[in-house]
Amino acid sequence: MERLKTLVELERLRASILSRREPEKPCISICGGTGCHAYRCEDVARAFESEIKRQGLRGQVELKVTGCHGFCERGPLMVLYPQRIFYQRVTTGDVSEIIEETVVKGNIIDRLLYVDPVSGKKAYSEDDVPFYKGQQRLVFGSNGVIDPTNIEDYLAIGGYSALSRVLFDMKPDEVIEEVRKAGLRGRGGGGFPTARKWESCRNAPSSDGIRYVICNADEGDPGAYMDRSLVEGNPHSVIEGMIIGAYAIGSHYGYVYVRHEYPLAVANLSIALEQAREYGLVGEDILGSGFEFDIKISRGGGAFICGESTALMASLEGEIGEPRPKHVHTVVSGLNGRPSNLNNVETWANVPLIINHGADWYSQIGTEGSKGTKIFSLVGKINNTGLVEVPMGITLREIIYDIGGGIPDGKKFKAVQTGGPSGGCIPESLIDLPVDFDRLAEAGSMMGSGGMIVMDEDTCMVDVAKYFVKFLTEESCGKCVPCREGLDRMLDILTDITEGRGKEEDIELMEELGGVIKEASLCALGGTAPNPVLSTIRYFRDEYEAHIREKRCPAGVCKALITFTIDEEKCTGCGVCARECPQDAISGEKKKLHTIDQERCIKCGLCSDLCKFEAVIVS
Amino acid sequence: MVELTINGIKTRAPEGTTVLEAAGEMGIVIPTLCYREGLSPYGACRVCIVEVVEGDRSSLEASCTLPVEQGQVILTGSERVVRTRKVIVELLISSCPNSKTLQDMAANMGINRVRFKIKDRGCILCGLCVRYCKEQMKSGGIGFVGRGTSRRVATAFDVPPEECRNCGGCEWICPVCERACTADNLIDGLCGACQNLVPVETCPVCTGCSESVGPGGHKVY
Amino acid sequence: MTTHATERKGPKTVARKAESDLEKVTAIVGKYGGNRDSLISILQDIQSEWRYLPEDAVRVVASQLGMPLIQVYGVATFFRAFSLTPRGEHIVSVCLGTACHVRRAPAVLEEIKRRLGIEPGETTGDMRYSLETVNCLGACALGPIVVVDGEYRGQMSPGRVKKLLKK
Repeated sequence: MERLKTLVELERLRASILSRREPEKPCISICGGTGCHAYRCEDVARAFESEIKRQGLRGQVELKVTGCHGFCERGPLMVLYPQRIFYQRVTTGDVSEIIEETVVKGNIIDRLLYVDPVSGKKAYSEDDVPFYKGQQRLVFGSNGVIDPTNIEDYLAIGGYSALSRVLFDMKPDEVIEEVRKAGLRGRGGGGFPTARKWESCRNAPSSDGIRYVICNADEGDPGAYMDRSLVEGNPHSVIEGMIIGAYAIGSHYGYVYVRHEYPLAVANLSIALEQAREYGLVGEDILGSGFEFDIKISRGGGAFICGESTALMASLEGEIGEPRPKHVHTVVSGLNGRPSNLNNVETWANVPLIINHGADWYSQIGTEGSKGTKIFSLVGKINNTGLVEVPMGITLREIIYDIGGGIPDGKKFKAVQTGGPSGGCIPESLIDLPVDFDRLAEAGSMMGSGGMIVMDEDTCMVDVAKYFVKFLTEESCGKCVPCREGLDRMLDILTDITEGRGKEEDIELMEELGGVIKEASLCALGGTAPNPVLSTIRYFRDEYEAHIREKRCPAGVCKALITFTIDEEKCTGCGVCARECPQDAISGEKKKLHTIDQERCIKCGLCSDLCKFEAVIVS
Repeated sequence: MVELTINGIKTRAPEGTTVLEAAGEMGIVIPTLCYREGLSPYGACRVCIVEVVEGDRSSLEASCTLPVEQGQVILTGSERVVRTRKVIVELLISSCPNSKTLQDMAANMGINRVRFKIKDRGCILCGLCVRYCKEQMKSGGIGFVGRGTSRRVATAFDVPPEECRNCGGCEWICPVCERACTADNLIDGLCGACQNLVPVETCPVCTGCSESVGPGGHKVY
Repeated sequence: MTTHATERKGPKTVARKAESDLEKVTAIVGKYGGNRDSLISILQDIQSEWRYLPEDAVRVVASQLGMPLIQVYGVATFFRAFSLTPRGEHIVSVCLGTACHVRRAPAVLEEIKRRLGIEPGETTGDMRYSLETVNCLGACALGPIVVVDGEYRGQMSPGRVKKLLKK
C-alpha cells in the first residue's frame, strides 16, 4: 500500500474501496470483543468460516469479526447484513443451520432471536431490540460494521474525512472553536470542557515548542469497560480524534497509555496505528498538509492510580505512578515538564463526530450543561448487561428499566453506583434523576468514566462501601498520610462493622475521617475515596445501624452476621451438600433432612450454590 | 512580586515561593514534618495544610507545595485547618507511635486520644531520607518501594546500594528514628508524659520539648 | 539526574549475566527504542520471557536506560503486573471488579484459596499455580470471571472451582 500523499488520493482510495463493496452481499458480523471472547466467540467465527467454505459459499458470503456490539449479556452476538437480522447466544452448533436457513434461504431461526421477557415480543433486527432501541449509538454504533484490524472498513464509513477537513479547511483556532461550540466535556470523569483544555495547552509556553497529546486509556474503575471496547472495536476513531486535537494544539507527539490488562485493545490499537502510518495518515507530512504527528503506545503495569493525570505522566517518565500536586496544571507543565493535553478515549472518539457533523448538530443532543452522548457500562444485578450509549439527560429509570430490562429474578432495585470508587450510590428514590455531569454531582455521586453498577435487595450497602475502600487501599500509591493511613483505618472500621464489632460512634467517626481524607489528600484518588462510604451512609444509614446495633446484615451478605440452615420442607436428603462441604459440617442420612453444624460452618456458601432444591436458607 | 493575604495580613512574596515560605517570612510558623529547607518540598505528610479561600468556597492545600499567587487569601490556623490537622496527626501517631516528634506535636495540639488501630510502621514515609540522599548527597541509593500501606523506604533488592557512601545523612535527617521517644510508656498510643500533663515551661521530663515550642518560647501549634 | 554512578559500575554487574540472556534483555530494551516511557512494557516483556523479573535483568535494564537502579526497582515493586519471585506454570486470576463482587466473586476466591492453599500473590509449593486478583477485566456480563492462563472462564461459582482447577 503506497502512502497517501494528498487529500485527493485519500478520496480516490475511499471511492475505490466503496466501489469494491457489495452492500447487498450477505455479511455476517460477529462480535469479537473481549466479553464475547469469554463466550468463545472465536470458535463460532471459526465454525462460520469452515461452514462457509464447506458449503461452497466463499466469496458469496462475507464474514467480519468486529469489535464489541454492546449487548454483552447475550453473547455470542451476530448481525446478518443487509437485513440486519440479529441473533443472540449463538453457539457453534447453530452455525450450519444459520448458513443454510437464514443466509441462503432467508428463513429466520426463532430460537436465536431476542425475545422480550415481559412482552414476549420477538425482535428480528437490532433496531427492534429494546436494549438497542433506547440508545443513541453515535460513537459506539460503528463497532458493529468495522473490522478493527482493517483500516479500509473505517475509511468505508467516512473515516479520516474529519481529519482532511481539519488539515485543509480549518485553522487550529477554528477547530478549538468548533469543539467549544459543541460543548464537549471530558468523558473520563472530570467533565472538564475539552476546548478550554486544548486552548490552555496551546497557549502555554514551551521553550522548545514540544507539546504532548495523550490518550488516557487506563480505564481503571472496576465494572467500567467502555474505553476498552472503543479501543478494541474502533481504534481509528481515537487515532483520528488525537490527530485533530494535536493539530489544534500544535503538538507533534502523542501517547496512548493503555492498561496492560486489555491485551486485545493493545493489539488492535497497534495494528490500527501501523496501518494508519502505512497509509500516511499518521507520521510526517500527513496527506501532504505539512503537519506531522505520531503516536506511541505505552502499557500500564496494573495501577489504578495511573489513571490520574499526573501519575500517568510520571509513569511515562519511567517513574512510579505517584501523583504530583496540580497547582501548576499539566496543560502548562505536564509530561517531561512540557505542556500536555490529556483526554479520555471516549472524549477523543467524539472529536471526529463533531467535526464531521458540526457543533450545531452536536449541541442539540444532551442537556444544557452536558452535550452529546455518553457510553455507560451497565452491569451488576441487571438483566441486560452491556455497554449502552445514551444522550445526556436520559433518566436512570430509562437506562435501568427500558434499556437494561430491569432487575433479574424479580428482585427489587436498591441502588446504582456511578463513578466507580470515586462516586456514590444513588438510591431508588432518585431513580428519575436525569443523567448528566451536574445532576449526578448534586446527588452526591458523579458521572465518572461511565460505570453503572446496579444493586438489588440482596446487596449489602455496607459491604459495598467496604469493597470500594478495600479496592482503594490496594490502589493508593501510599505517598500521603490521609489516603494511605486514613483509608486503611476506614477499612478497619468497616470490617469491624461487617463482622459484628461495630460501635455506636463508628458512623460519626467515619464521617469525620472521610471529611479529612477528602479535604487533605494530595490527589483525586484520596480526594474522592470517601464518596462511596459517605453516600451509603447518607442514603442507607439504617443498614449501618442494623449492623452495629443489632449485629444483623439485612441483605444477608456479611458472613459473620449470617447463618446457613437447611429448610426442612425443601431438603430431599440427596447428600450433595454434605459431600462437598469443605468443613464436613453437614450431616444427615440418605433421603432424610440434612443439618448444618454451625460451629464448623465457615459460611462459604458452597451448599447454597450446589443445592438444586434451594433448600439452603441464608438468614 | 506577588501580593497575598495571610491570616488577614497583606504581604508580598517573590513569585515562585511557596505559601509556607511566605508565611515563614511573616513569622508565622506552620507545622511541618516532610519539609526541610534545602530539599525539594514533597507534600506527603499534609501537616502543613492551610485554608485557601476563594469567594465563598475554600479548600485545604499543603502550603509547602502551594505556590504564592496574586490575590490569594490564606488562613493558617482556621478551625477547619486545626480540626483537620489534628486528625492527620492522630493518624500519624497511630502509624508510628514511638516518635518523640509526633508525640510532642500531638501533645501541643491537644490530642488526647487515638481512635484508630495502632499499626506501628516505624516510619512516616516523609521521604526526607530519600530526598537527602538524592538531592544533597547526589547518590540516590534509597527510594520508595512498594505501594499503599506496603510502601517503605528501601534499597534495591534490599542490599547496600553501590551509590551509598555511609554518610549517615538518612538517619540524621529522620524526624522519627533520630528522636525515638524514650519515655516508653505509651497509653493507648499516647505519651502524655510531657506537655499533656505538665505545662511546657516547667516540664522536667524531656529536654527536647523546647524544640517543638519554637524559637522565642511561643507555642507553635 | 544521578546516573553517573550507575553507569560507571555498569559493565561489572552486566558481566555477571549469561551472554544469551543479556542479548535477550538488550533486544527487548532496543525494541522500545531504549526509552524510559516504555519502561513498563520492557519489564513486561522480560517477565513474559522468564516468568518473573530476575534481579540481573532489572540491573541491566537500569544500566541500559541510564536510570538509577532504585528507580527501576521501585517501578518493579509498585506495579501489580510484576513479580520479583518466580511464578507458577499456571496463572489463575480472579476478577474482583465491582460487578463480579456483587455477583459473589469473593466466595469464588475463597474457594480457590482453600483448594490451592495459597493467598493471592503467592505460588503453590510445587510451582504449578500462582494466584492473582485483578480489578476488573471488563467482561462483566459473565461475572464472576476467573482467567486461567489467559483463558476466560465465566459465570464461576464456588461449586465450579473444583472442576476449573482439575482441567
